Amino acid sequence: MGRKILTEHINVPGIETLDVYRKQGGYSAVEKALKTMTPEAVVEEVKKAGVRGRGGAGFPMGMKWSFLAKPEGVPRYLVCNADESEPGTFKDHYLMKNLPHLLIEGMIISSFALGANTSFIYVRGELMYVINILEKAIAEAKAAGLLGKNILGSGYDLELVVQPGGGAYICGEETALLESLEGKRGNPRNKPPFPAVKGLYQCPTVVNNVESIATTSWIVNNGGDAYAAIGIGRSTGTKLISASGHIKKPGVYEIELGVPVEEFIYSDEWCGGIREGHQLKALVAGGSSVPILPANLALKLANGEPRLMSYESLSEGGFQTGTMLGSGGFIVFDETSCIVRNTWNFARFYHHESCGQCSPCREGTGWMEKVLHRIEHGHGSMHDIDLLVDVAKKIEGNTICPLGDAAAWPVASAIRHFRDEFEWHITNPFEATQPGAVFRGDLVLA
Amino acid sequence: MTTEANTPVAFTPERLAKANEIIARYPAGKQKSALLPLLHLLQEQEGWTSPEGMDYVAGLLQIQPIEVYEVASFYTMYHLDPVGKHVIEYCRTGPCCLMGGEDVYAHLKQRLGIEAGQTTPDGLFTIKEVECLAACGMGPVFQIREQYYMHLTNERVDEIIAELSK
Ligand SMILES: NC(=O)C1=CN([C@@H]2O[C@H](COP(=O)(O)OP(=O)(O)OC[C@H]3O[C@@H](n4cnc5c(N)ncnc54)[C@H](O)[C@@H]3O)[C@@H](O)[C@H]2O)C=CC1
Ligand SMILES: Cc1cc2nc3c(=O)[nH]c(=O)nc-3n(C[C@H](O)[C@H](O)[C@H](O)COP(=O)(O)O)c2cc1C
Ligand code: SF4
Ligand code: FES
Repeated sequence: MGRKILTEHINVPGIETLDVYRKQGGYSAVEKALKTMTPEAVVEEVKKAGVRGRGGAGFPMGMKWSFLAKPEGVPRYLVCNADESEPGTFKDHYLMKNLPHLLIEGMIISSFALGANTSFIYVRGELMYVINILEKAIAEAKAAGLLGKNILGSGYDLELVVQPGGGAYICGEETALLESLEGKRGNPRNKPPFPAVKGLYQCPTVVNNVESIATTSWIVNNGGDAYAAIGIGRSTGTKLISASGHIKKPGVYEIELGVPVEEFIYSDEWCGGIREGHQLKALVAGGSSVPILPANLALKLANGEPRLMSYESLSEGGFQTGTMLGSGGFIVFDETSCIVRNTWNFARFYHHESCGQCSPCREGTGWMEKVLHRIEHGHGSMHDIDLLVDVAKKIEGNTICPLGDAAAWPVASAIRHFRDEFEWHITNPFEATQPGAVFRGDLVLA
Repeated sequence: MTTEANTPVAFTPERLAKANEIIARYPAGKQKSALLPLLHLLQEQEGWTSPEGMDYVAGLLQIQPIEVYEVASFYTMYHLDPVGKHVIEYCRTGPCCLMGGEDVYAHLKQRLGIEAGQTTPDGLFTIKEVECLAACGMGPVFQIREQYYMHLTNERVDEIIAELSK
């Protein structure tokens, strides 16, 4: 299952330059698409590939593209979402830094397919050094006639703009991103209308994640059917997983969807196992906003079958016993981790990042942080646990954008699976005040 | 901290050329899209996002100063108060803490004798707490301007501080 289609050449020295990238076959997909295919044919291949949005929501990319409104005389836009700020996620950073031309090639193909003549890559402002890498690569591509007017003599024009963000997690939410790109505060808009109908400057817009766009070169070169043959079921293709936490080899790994979670954690090909002398306690499989799972449920479904790295298998069991693939931010916790402390840390994150537009999110995230802080610091009461569950429930589904849900799920799931640990903190207030306190309850470790 | 209060701000000729190039990237009438990039340019020149600088940017984009203030205050990267020469922004989020971030950051604060949000008396260092910097597998992490410092340990922190204090 070591199939690599995005990162196959990532270790080739100089791959960030146009020359080396081209020697590895780079930009052949642009030649093929612009010279031998119609935009509709490119959309068709992406549809056949079944590739699902790699930003986290997993919405089929080809379907989104075919929903793009095409009113006469109105420009259409493609915006690449490179805001990557979900705790535990660093794959787009890795991809853009090492393979800037792969993203640019994907942007040319995707913009051509959508009929966009100005496209944007919105990169979180903290990654200014990556922005410089991208701008250098864009200048190279432009000089080689791959961007600008009449690309490769095909008659197709494209300008590519790299836009820095200003530091705000919420700007990864696509409508907040569009507001930010218009030079405003990053306040999410109500959906619908989806950006595909009213997006940037109120024009039809497709927003796609870096990794989603990067798949298009391979799809154009090899065909949508070949892509769909990789992976498992409706989880087609490969996925970049950002692995962090208590594992021997943290890093970004490209896997074929369908690898068992257990193999991903313990195989030397990937994480290399839990750090020496320790055991798996819990897993956050898809970035901080997805439900946390205890070791036994991380590795196996409730019926005992192995859990796989796929959209379906990770969400098997719903929120009772399952989680989500999300952005692929794979955070591993060993038995030294304090679940209460981590839940407080994440709650503080969401409170800090709430844009403040909706009261359930603005107030609720504040309350969750406050209550978790007092439990973690030895001032909690048993009633606080139910209070947290109640606040989380009141946020869920009652907000403009899913940041509210993203804040509620980690808290609700931590209590669902590790309630005894919260209780322990409350009955042992002194120990609980020690940062990084080791909790050893009756936990199922692996 | 190169700007005294109330001194009018203007971009250097090179930055002004860059600013005009940025403004020209967007469709006609959509020049406000240049606001975030111009604020980065301002901060790069002035060290912080000063009120006078924001007024200047408003003039360049032909928008109201309030439109600039409300945007600058929404995002975390713009320093709305003067800062030290080196701004150390450390990631306080979960995965970095799992890798021992809390101990390393405590060491950093002790080494500089300041808390997050403060500047050393000699004006050399400011510490800021930030959230996930998209480098979680390489934690603990901090950033000083464009540079990422990863896999931090107490010893590494000492080295970096010594280097930057020269
Ligand atoms: N990568 C990261 O750093 C982060 C990722 N996320 C992920 O973001 C996800 C939530 O994202 P949302 O965009 O709110 O999800 P969503 O389900 O509303 O939309 C997903 C995509 O499909 C499009 N779409 C959905 N229905 C459509 C329709 N009928 N017509 C046209 N387009 C349609 C949307 O415009 C969007 O581009 C979460 O699941 C989470 O995993 C969250 C935080 C950070
Ligand atoms: C709070 C929040 C933050 C998000 N951050 C990101 C992000 O950093 N990168 C990203 O690609 N998608 C992010 N998303 C999802 C986007 O709204 C959108 O679904 C995605 O960019 C669409 O691209 P895809 O279909 O290729 O995944 C975020 C969503 C929410 C609710
Ligand atoms: S849910 Fe939170 S982040 Fe999203 S719009 Fe409402 S207040 Fe803003
Ligand atoms: S948690 Fe520190 S960089 Fe992501």
